[in-house]
Amino acid sequence: MNQWEVVIGIETHAQLATVSKIFSGAATAFGAEPNTQACAVDLALPGVLPVLNRKAVDCAIRFGLAIGAKVAEKSVFARKNYFYPDLPKGYQISQFELPVVQGGAITVQVGQGEKAYEKTVRLTRAHLEEDAGKSLHEDFHGKTGIDLNRAGTPLLEIVTEPDMRSSDEAVAYAKALHALVRWIGICDGNMQEGSFRCDANVSVRRPGQPFGTRREIKNLNSFRFLKEAIDYEVQWQINELEEGRAIVQATVLFDPDTGETRMMRSKEDAHDYRYFPDPDLLPLLIDAEWITRTRATMPELPAAKQVRFEADYGLSAYDSRALTASLDMADFYEAVVAIAGKSAAKPCANWVMVDLAARLNRENLEIGESPVGAVQLGGLVLRIADNTVSNNIAKKIFEALWNGEGTTADEIIDKQGLKQITDSGAIEALIDEVLSANAAMVAEFRSGKEKAFNALVGQAMKATKGKANPQQVNELLKKKLG
Amino acid sequence: MSLTLEQVRRVAHLARIDLSESEAAATVIELNGILGLIEQMQAVDTAGVEPMAHAQDVSQRLREDVVSEANRRVDYQAVSPDVEAGLFLVPKVIE
Repeated sequence: MNQWEVVIGIETHAQLATVSKIFSGAATAFGAEPNTQACAVDLALPGVLPVLNRKAVDCAIRFGLAIGAKVAEKSVFARKNYFYPDLPKGYQISQFELPVVQGGAITVQVGQGEKAYEKTVRLTRAHLEEDAGKSLHEDFHGKTGIDLNRAGTPLLEIVTEPDMRSSDEAVAYAKALHALVRWIGICDGNMQEGSFRCDANVSVRRPGQPFGTRREIKNLNSFRFLKEAIDYEVQWQINELEEGRAIVQATVLFDPDTGETRMMRSKEDAHDYRYFPDPDLLPLLIDAEWITRTRATMPELPAAKQVRFEADYGLSAYDSRALTASLDMADFYEAVVAIAGKSAAKPCANWVMVDLAARLNRENLEIGESPVGAVQLGGLVLRIADNTVSNNIAKKIFEALWNGEGTTADEIIDKQGLKQITDSGAIEALIDEVLSANAAMVAEFRSGKEKAFNALVGQAMKATKGKANPQQVNELLKKKLG
Repeated sequence: MSLTLEQVRRVAHLARIDLSESEAAATVIELNGILGLIEQMQAVDTAGVEPMAHAQDVSQRLREDVVSEANRRVDYQAVSPDVEAGLFLVPKVIE
């Protein structure tokens, strides 16, 4: 059977992290009472005029710089005309022919382990536009309720070339983009609140053939839905084609309950938006000086940081990637290493990626909300590195720090008497006691049962309340029995 | 280029303008008159002239990102025909 090739392009609406709207001075805070953040401009009352928010443009420039795109010296706002009650003006202010960000690319890692590979997704453009309001279709005596708080919220619409070839690649791209917009501080990335929403354009073709007809899946607000929707849509299109039916261009919605996509509108009733330059807004000019100024405020980007972590801290590519998943995580890690020392860079990585991450995950906390701070964790790793405590005891100290039983590892070590016993004489004395109390085990070991040795180590560790260095106990015990 | 009656009807529908039969016919003539003027303008050689997006050759002024508008829902909804629970009510729309 001939194989089908999947072709995916993604459009993402990222809500920009401004406190006021893109063209008005109304607030953008999430969750306010309906229509309490909708001013005369957002309501399109007669005589009002839009005035562009500088911060929204800053965000677009930051994004352009982060993806190596051209930041347009001159871009133009256009009216996208359609009628819907959540759009009071009868048009959305967007950008059409001359978007603010042009080109660029994002390189992502797809998959894990040996099968992992890198994929570069080219971006077509990113443009500034305003969001619409919300329609509430619940029961208002057969009417629809309109909340215009969201109307006029600044969005950056980020459009890719049709470069992705599987739902895994699409999800890897969406995750990388999500991490990037948060990293450069232009979007909070809150998908439940709709701050980051994806549309997927999906088609299939025989390899080497021209692109097939695409269908657009709208408004996917989780990575899981993105994958499920694409997988379902791809299978649906292949079935249609293999049964001899043509794909008709359409917009579809994904229903998470059924896991299916269903048609919202076909091309015949697709909107005719009649774009034209908005006469209320002049061209947006961005000079080289503004770009230079913005570049100076950009954080080190994930890819660069990853390379530096490998070089500076001797970490594996895997560790570096995990630690640069977010700027908060990377900053936390570096703060831990700053205390524990570069020679402990690898144990620091393990503590952040494994112990801390697992604990945060269990409590559903972000790293910024961690009860154990970077300085505290660094202090703890330092005490493992200098042999004050064993790794096992360190885990107990970590729990104690987490529960606020002390403010530093040193304080907890003192207070709870957890200092590792390294004095050979003291350990030997304990081992002697263990050996005389467990004569049967000793006999077993001597008769060739290796397992008995481990049991004796266990007994000895218990006798030291876990405070002895296990390796040291091992060696001393071997010597005694040898 | 000239418009047909059908095209004028479609544009009127997209703009939600209700045209009577006679208005539609008159509009075809008016719009085609305007398109005639545009055709004359298009005959001018503009090679090497950068297209303008606005009649004024100045750039967009920007505002700082500060919240300057207070909540005036009561005032705005006082002139709305139907409101409930802070929402504007409109005839039922389901896409």
